[in-house]
Amino acid sequence: MSNYILPLMVLGIVLYGMRKKIDLYDVFIDGSKESFKMAFTIFPNLLAMIVSVNILVDSGFLEFLVHLILPVLKIPIEIISLAIMRPISGNATLALLNTIYTKYGVDSFYGLLSSTIQGCTDTTFYVIALYYGSVGIKNIRYALKTSLLADLVGILSSLGICYLLFS
Amino acid sequence: MIGILFSLASGNAVKINETILNSTKISLEILFQIFPVVALWLGIASIASESGLLEKLSTALTHVLGPLFPDIPRGHISLSYIASNIIANIFGLGSAATPFGLKAMNSLQELNENKKEASRSMITFTTINTSGVTIIPTTIIALRILYGSKSPTITVFATIIATSCSTLAGLFFDYLYRRKYE
Repeated sequence: MSNYILPLMVLGIVLYGMRKKIDLYDVFIDGSKESFKMAFTIFPNLLAMIVSVNILVDSGFLEFLVHLILPVLKIPIEIISLAIMRPISGNATLALLNTIYTKYGVDSFYGLLSSTIQGCTDTTFYVIALYYGSVGIKNIRYALKTSLLADLVGILSSLGICYLLFS
Repeated sequence: MIGILFSLASGNAVKINETILNSTKISLEILFQIFPVVALWLGIASIASESGLLEKLSTALTHVLGPLFPDIPRGHISLSYIASNIIANIFGLGSAATPFGLKAMNSLQELNENKKEASRSMITFTTINTSGVTIIPTTIIALRILYGSKSPTITVFATIIATSCSTLAGLFFDYLYRRKYE
């Protein structure tokens, strides 16, 4: 069903535009042109963000962090890494999901838990860097704190609901 | 910063060299990945806004959103973009949501008094956005099918509950911090 949403949305928008008799092609081109301007403003910010996040990931600092928390919780290291990486990098979490699905099975408890964690939050750092970067805001005040706390609540409630439903 | 210091301390400086050079390439790849989709959707989005469809669709949602964004004047376009972004996210269409989100930020910036600083509406918006307002997690369903799950949609209910918790919590923290900062 989700496969139909996107084409239907496009169709609906274009049909509606036709009914309202606007110049479809010109309006489309005008809107599309803005993407160039956007790309130029976004790129430097994206670059700074990606480089610093990747340095943090590859330095082994996160692994170090995971090993500190690990003995306290009885959850596989992959799940903890997933929870930590989820707000930071979409590609890294996809790689971790791949590991979890093949190691424990996609329908195992850990498979279900990781699916829920993946679905319930977004790549916070990426969204914040992209959105605030695109309008040139440097001081984001408390934006990151509220988002990360919300992510934490999302991950904890995933844990809770999965224990209730699936174990 | 922490990363560089840690790697120097633990002696992976060579690896970090590589990372710094590789990540520049990755960021360009990401730009190329999202650029065509953004270009297409900005075109489609401008048809939706010119024809008045966006306004109509999001009016319903704006009644709910209005109280969350008290600084946005009634009928201002940014609320429609925020609503469209949320609608696209609800259907799990992350790539379709991004252009609407960028448009929303752009029009929120017009209302912003201090152009270098995030406004309260911007923070409320990104908090809702990053906490994920998914009802149909399309990517996860697709992935679960790919890995041969017997019931790919079994986690949808759990996801809706978890994401509602995180969004509500996000709005709560947003409220708390706003009172602290202002």
